[in-house]
Amino acid sequence: MPLRADMMADLCRIAPELILCVFGILLVALEPFVPSSSKRALGWLAFSGSLVAIASLWIVARHPGPAYGGLIQVDNFSLFFHGIILGSVAVVILGSINYLCEERLQRGEYYALVLFAAAGMGVLAGAGELITSFLGLEMSSISTYILAAFRRDARKSNESALKYFILGSFATAFFLYGIAMTYGATGTTRFTGIAQALSISGPTLLAVLGLGMMLVGLGFKVVIAPFQIYAPDVYEGAPTPVTALLASAPKVAAFALMLRIFYVAFGPVQHIWFWAIWISAVLTMCAGNFAALLQTNVKRMLAYSSIAHAGYILVAFAASTELGIAAVLFYLAAYALMKIGAFTVITHVGGRGERHLELSDYAGLAKKQPAIAACFTLFLLSLLGLPATGGFMGKFYAFQAGLDSRIIWLVVIAALNSIVGAYYYLRVILTMYFREPAGESGPDAGLGSEIEWMPQPVAASIWVVLIIAALGTLYLGIFPSRVMEFALRSAASLR
Amino acid sequence: MSAPYFLEHIWLIPLFPLAGAALMLFFGRRLPKPAISTICVGSVLVSFIYALGAAVTLCSWPAESRSFEKILFQWISAGAYHTSAGLLGHFTADWGFLLDPLSVVMVLIVTGVGLLIHIYSVGYMAHEGGYYRFFGYMNLFMFSMLMLVLANNLLLLFVGWEGVGTCSYLLIGFYFHRKSASDAGKKAFIVNRIGDAGFLLGIFLISATLGTIRFTEIPAALLAGHFAIGAGVLTAATLLLFVGATGKSAQIPLYVWLPDAMEGPTPVSALIHAATMVTAGVYMVVRNNGLFRMAPFTMEVVAVIGAATALYAATMGLVQNDIKKVLAYSTISQLGYMFLACGVGAFAAGIFHVMTHAFFKALLFLGAGSVIHAMSGEQDMRKMGALFRKIPVTYRTMLVATLAIAGMPPLAGFFSKDEILGRTFGVNHLLWFVGWITAGLTAFYMFRLLFLTFHGHSRVSHEAEHHLHESPSTMTVPLMILALLSIVGGWVGIGGRFEKFLDPVVGRGAAVTEGAMAPTTEYTLMLASVIVGLAGIAVAWQMYIRNTALPGRIAASCGALYRLVYNKYYVDEIYDAVFVNRTKDLANTLWAFDAGVIDGAGVNGVGFLTRLIARISMWGDTWIVDGSVRVSSRLVWVLSFPVRLLQTGLLQSYLLVMVVGILGLFGYYIFLFRH
Amino acid sequence: MIPTTHYLYLSLALFTIGIVGVLTRRNVIVMLMSIELILNAVNINLVAFSRAYGAVAGQVFAIFIITDAAAEAAVGLGIILAFFRNRETVLADEMDLLKW
Repeated sequence: MPLRADMMADLCRIAPELILCVFGILLVALEPFVPSSSKRALGWLAFSGSLVAIASLWIVARHPGPAYGGLIQVDNFSLFFHGIILGSVAVVILGSINYLCEERLQRGEYYALVLFAAAGMGVLAGAGELITSFLGLEMSSISTYILAAFRRDARKSNESALKYFILGSFATAFFLYGIAMTYGATGTTRFTGIAQALSISGPTLLAVLGLGMMLVGLGFKVVIAPFQIYAPDVYEGAPTPVTALLASAPKVAAFALMLRIFYVAFGPVQHIWFWAIWISAVLTMCAGNFAALLQTNVKRMLAYSSIAHAGYILVAFAASTELGIAAVLFYLAAYALMKIGAFTVITHVGGRGERHLELSDYAGLAKKQPAIAACFTLFLLSLLGLPATGGFMGKFYAFQAGLDSRIIWLVVIAALNSIVGAYYYLRVILTMYFREPAGESGPDAGLGSEIEWMPQPVAASIWVVLIIAALGTLYLGIFPSRVMEFALRSAASLR
Repeated sequence: MSAPYFLEHIWLIPLFPLAGAALMLFFGRRLPKPAISTICVGSVLVSFIYALGAAVTLCSWPAESRSFEKILFQWISAGAYHTSAGLLGHFTADWGFLLDPLSVVMVLIVTGVGLLIHIYSVGYMAHEGGYYRFFGYMNLFMFSMLMLVLANNLLLLFVGWEGVGTCSYLLIGFYFHRKSASDAGKKAFIVNRIGDAGFLLGIFLISATLGTIRFTEIPAALLAGHFAIGAGVLTAATLLLFVGATGKSAQIPLYVWLPDAMEGPTPVSALIHAATMVTAGVYMVVRNNGLFRMAPFTMEVVAVIGAATALYAATMGLVQNDIKKVLAYSTISQLGYMFLACGVGAFAAGIFHVMTHAFFKALLFLGAGSVIHAMSGEQDMRKMGALFRKIPVTYRTMLVATLAIAGMPPLAGFFSKDEILGRTFGVNHLLWFVGWITAGLTAFYMFRLLFLTFHGHSRVSHEAEHHLHESPSTMTVPLMILALLSIVGGWVGIGGRFEKFLDPVVGRGAAVTEGAMAPTTEYTLMLASVIVGLAGIAVAWQMYIRNTALPGRIAASCGALYRLVYNKYYVDEIYDAVFVNRTKDLANTLWAFDAGVIDGAGVNGVGFLTRLIARISMWGDTWIVDGSVRVSSRLVWVLSFPVRLLQTGLLQSYLLVMVVGILGLFGYYIFLFRH
Repeated sequence: MIPTTHYLYLSLALFTIGIVGVLTRRNVIVMLMSIELILNAVNINLVAFSRAYGAVAGQVFAIFIITDAAAEAAVGLGIILAFFRNRETVLADEMDLLKW
């Protein structure tokens, strides 16, 4: 029965996506039968689902090669990305449970949507041709549109979701038009087929314009200039755990697709897209860092910081070498960890109704909850790129790759930008440690009108998330070699 | 085969203070003060003992094999690659420690002087809040500084470099309720980041060129690469490293943060901003002396910047009235001497001066701290005078330090400064002259400080008079030990013994034979520097003891010059103006571009534009009206505003930006295919 | 037989109409409809290319896109509805809580 064995192998290759979808359907099906007092259990079910999906990666790793005639590609590259994506999703689910209780939004659909989005991202990471990648993209996008709108009664959440939806569909439309043009130019949607056609015909205008159109959709998802413009609004308005998700997993998955399209499918015409990426990198870094300087809303500030980080990743991307690809992979792993950690702190401090997002709310946090302040400091320092953190190693490899490929000016601009970044990250740290909380030292404090605000006690699930993120950040900073070795192997499997 | 105990366990030296810092961070708040002092001082004491043990072990080896490397574990490794010089590089960085005569000297200075300052702090900080926080930061600083001097590669050195910077920043801002203190902390950090960026780029360039960043492998790589002396890439790399050094060691043009840093507690000024951290730049340059020797142009730059800083800072020291500010400018000036020494190839003399300077400048700061302590916090010398009877121990030790810094024989400063000036004379007479003049100015302003504080008639307010007291013995004993060191510390250099000790590290470059001179010249030079020192002292005596009206008259008669110097040459203001104007132009251009594009597309045109212009004019108002905002906040505003303008929150303007982006991309591709 | 380029011109016209519509209309629902126009332009392209190459992949892709457009419209209208309930408007320039 050779046919059955083939089918089994193919199923094994998409095991994580299958598991995620099964758990998602299960959650929606169970939702009406779970009493509202124990909806929390659905969160734990979703969490265990994501853990099972992670465990299934062992099965996937046993079956390398193409699945379904090349629609899906299983190699070290897709494994690395599956690792980051599924890990991020598991941690985000854990960080959401308490938030949803606070907001009285505890519903199975939330978790189901997160899992569906994760399945879509998994497809993105493994896609071997354009139709599959489009389906993965839409699967994750549509789920996240709904997630952004999940606080239905909050005006900011509505607005965020609507902007995300309109701009996102617009970008997707461009992406599709690009696919159609590429298909027209090469007659195929397989990445390897496109590469073959291009290396025979050389760069044709139709194919290159198609690539440009696809860059709109990809750039939107990975948040690079000039398609980054939506991100601050959407990230600020969405529920904070959703923001943590948006800033990490979809971005990582879209980078996977972008690497495959640019390096595999359009690898033969590398010299054509190099400058587009170069310019975009500069614009992205500057747009993110400069806009963040004046920002007093911490959540929005971190949204700008995400943009800036996409710019640093582009530096490694532009390097066009295996080391550059590996640096992108390493950076994404470090980035996902520190970003989820930082947004989890914001989730916690924000409190019910997300009322405490301003910088002034962080004044004196070091006295009120020293451990939370210490974790936040670690994540901010990592985002800033101080040595012995994952963020530093990410920047280090990225800049190293850039210098190796002699794109020295880009690296210089990136280094200068990281100095600018120091200003706003440090401002938060300074506020937490050195500023007295408002209302306590004010001139009319004696009137008793001001009651000093205290953050709620820290929930156990939040602790777990913070500890995982903090340890991961430190691990990548102090012992980066093992992850980097795997990243190098993954990069080699892409070519 | 394993090395002797102290060398095998060299990694424990930085670990003790780290453990102390960790204890303070987690449990410090709950510990009683005696326990805190015991832990923190004890941890530094133990690491001093270990350092001493390691030093003695190393010195018992024959001179040519005095180098020991201990690698704990591999930190980063990247695949093999070809460097631009055609070498096969295999980039690795380890957590590894390197002990050779150079790091022996530095480790002993850091742990020894650090220990004394820790003991002193027990008395000084006894009545301050945040006791555990202070000692935690101090221990953390010790850890970072020891990592810096013991690191066996550039990247690990950079870790220590950033660490000491962070601790410095935390300790400057220690009295965070004072706005000036937290501003000073911010200024220090931002100015240092500029230097750090240069340093990091330098490290990258070195690894890309030589394929290694390990100190012990760099000389071999330099040989293997067949670099010409003065090769462009080496000049670039060393210049970048030197940019880092100017930031950390407060040289022109990045010196502006150090005077402000005096906002921190006095023991901090003594430890970080006089004895150890600010000399890290000198250490780094000496550590890479092999590279610097290959880049004569950089050496010239280093020498000129050093000499210029020495003179320039000394002139500013002449007119300061804050006792700590005088010492701050004096530190900058003395650091200038050290770079001058490096620039003329006398690396050993530079390190020699680092050592003697650590003794007498730490002593001066601690003495000043003792004065401030006695005066209940007063730092203005115009409100002191005739204190020598009230606080005799402080006075006597300060006198020793002042004589030492003025270069009077046979005190420590005489030997090291003379060594530097002598070697400079052999290379360039003009640089020697600048150094010589500076020596006179140094003697003048230091004795001005001494006379104003301790002699003349008392200008102390009644309240302060009431509380005048000598400091407790935890403070005076370290003073006395440092005074002893300030006297005998220079004797190790007699007959070039110190230089010989450092030989394995810094080698004897061509400069030595060039700089060698007849004994008569040497003695003449010595005499000249003693004479100029004495002259400075005499003038100070004339002006501040005999004829106290004189300074006022001089200040009045050359008012413009006095104001110029008193206001520190308006450098802070110039930096403001330069940065502000440049970025303003940039912002205007960006705005013009935005307005053009948006108007041209004719979408949401009028309304959007009106709002834009209103905002711009409001912004202009802020600019013109509010002329006195500090530079950093203005800079931030200017950089950030144009970018934020794009973020209108309007859906359609976002769509427009995306469409403009894709049109730009299309335009580029079509252009590419046309040509 | 109609040459392929003619289909492409039709598609390009629809695409342009869609983009101009999204950029100039204030009503979010009309913007959504304009985006659907762009998707249909893509479909025409794909089917035309599919015919030119004599391969079926493009047509299959078009069916996927039609399905996806339906899903997107459903979700989008849901979001617009939620927005309308809170703000009582569907005009794009009245969404201005989130900026700077």
